[in-house]
Amino acid sequence: MENVLEIRHLRKSFGEHEVLRDIDFDAGAGEVVCIIGSSGSGKSTLLRCINLLETPDAGQVFFHGQDIQSGKLSMAAYHARVGMVFQQFNLFENMTVLKNCMYGQMKALSRSAEDSRKNALKYLERVGMDSYINAKPRQLSGGQKQRVAIARALAMDPEVLLFDEPTSALDPEMVGEVLNVMQDLAQSGLTMLVVTHEMGFARNVADRIVFMDGGVILEAGTPEEVLDHPKQARTRAFLSSVL
Amino acid sequence: MPETFFGWVLFLLEKYGGLFLRGTGVTLLVAISGTVFGFLLGLLVAIARTITPAPRASRGKRFAIGALRALLGVYIQVFRGTPMIVQAMVIYYGAMQYLNITMPEIAAAILIVSVNTGAYMAEIIRGGIISIDRGQTEAAHSIGLTHWQTMTGVVLPQAVRNILPSVGNEFIVNIKDSSVLNVISVSELFFQSKSAAGTYFRYFEVFFITGCIYLVLTLLVTQALRLLEKKLEGPDHYVICGSQSDSKSVITITEEQ
Repeated sequence: MENVLEIRHLRKSFGEHEVLRDIDFDAGAGEVVCIIGSSGSGKSTLLRCINLLETPDAGQVFFHGQDIQSGKLSMAAYHARVGMVFQQFNLFENMTVLKNCMYGQMKALSRSAEDSRKNALKYLERVGMDSYINAKPRQLSGGQKQRVAIARALAMDPEVLLFDEPTSALDPEMVGEVLNVMQDLAQSGLTMLVVTHEMGFARNVADRIVFMDGGVILEAGTPEEVLDHPKQARTRAFLSSVL
Repeated sequence: MPETFFGWVLFLLEKYGGLFLRGTGVTLLVAISGTVFGFLLGLLVAIARTITPAPRASRGKRFAIGALRALLGVYIQVFRGTPMIVQAMVIYYGAMQYLNITMPEIAAAILIVSVNTGAYMAEIIRGGIISIDRGQTEAAHSIGLTHWQTMTGVVLPQAVRNILPSVGNEFIVNIKDSSVLNVISVSELFFQSKSAAGTYFRYFEVFFITGCIYLVLTLLVTQALRLLEKKLEGPDHYVICGSQSDSKSVITITEEQ
């Protein structure tokens, strides 16, 4: 399996606090990787470094073998290939649902309005939000917003989608609708990196689970290996506190 | 000659109505163009001040961005930190004495009010930009939008709506404060009033009229801005596609057998 993303010796500090210490990590094409760990373990920072929302202090991120910070890869092109879904949805509040999903396509990919509209509708239908194209984000529930945010990311036709705790800000009854959409995506062959606290989702959907603690990857393997037979005491302690 | 206060007011209105009207026109022209140009100037300055150098930007680029920021900081500090009446004298007579340019008064007035307003607007707009949650900017960058596209398409439309009350304030301030431009002989309302008052030495009556005109202008502007705000707010409701309230949907009713 070809690696889409390769991360080598990634380091990131905020002031004195070292959040990521020497992270090495690969993601293969079509792989679904769930990253688990307690708050402050560096999970979100790892995703944000991959998407360059944070600049790593050291180390490289390779996308199809190309160093994304070398300057050879256009940032707009890279961002179109690697999308992100946020905990707080971050929809554009001044645009309708449809416009949210069209704007990036038209501006970053220079697609025509008509093509953008068609593509946006395709993905909005997929997440079950095609009836709400005229609504503004503030008129939607959390689960609906997150589904639109997923459609917005998908409309760029990315290869990789990064999910940063996509259900953590949702009311419990909204979590299911978002996880269902994500499960559907996982089966479609999209490469997904998911930071999550939903252990049931991780078990059912992930090809691989990565446990992070204190800025390092402590353990990685199949769901059975990590969730059922953790090798590290720290992993066991974490799992017993969340399960 | 009239005997009473109202007699004088009516007399002066009849005699100097045209003068008042022309003064009002100039005041409005200066205030409107000054606010609009000041707003645009403030927009550019505020956007420029939000540019952060990319992490791997070259030293030259970093220096250029730093220098631009410092320069804009000085501009804001100077024009917010000195009275407009002084700015008017310095710019108008500075251009005349050292550049040999005698600006037409109205053009000078619009220039001075614009540059002065721009300094305030830059800070108001910066506040508006800060008020928009950073998450939307991050989301925009995460789908590959540039800083400019993010600003013009996502952040500023929301920021401008939020700061509209402050922009209205600036507009009202400009209607009133354009009166200081009488020092460079701009024929705005205050200047015209002074010449009208001088003829019959009726300062109270003339400036009573002038005050009323300023008040009416600001009242009108307040109402207009309120309407604009409502319009930008957009509709409260949305239509679910395919639902009964969707005029484009086709709803067929089949009769039960």
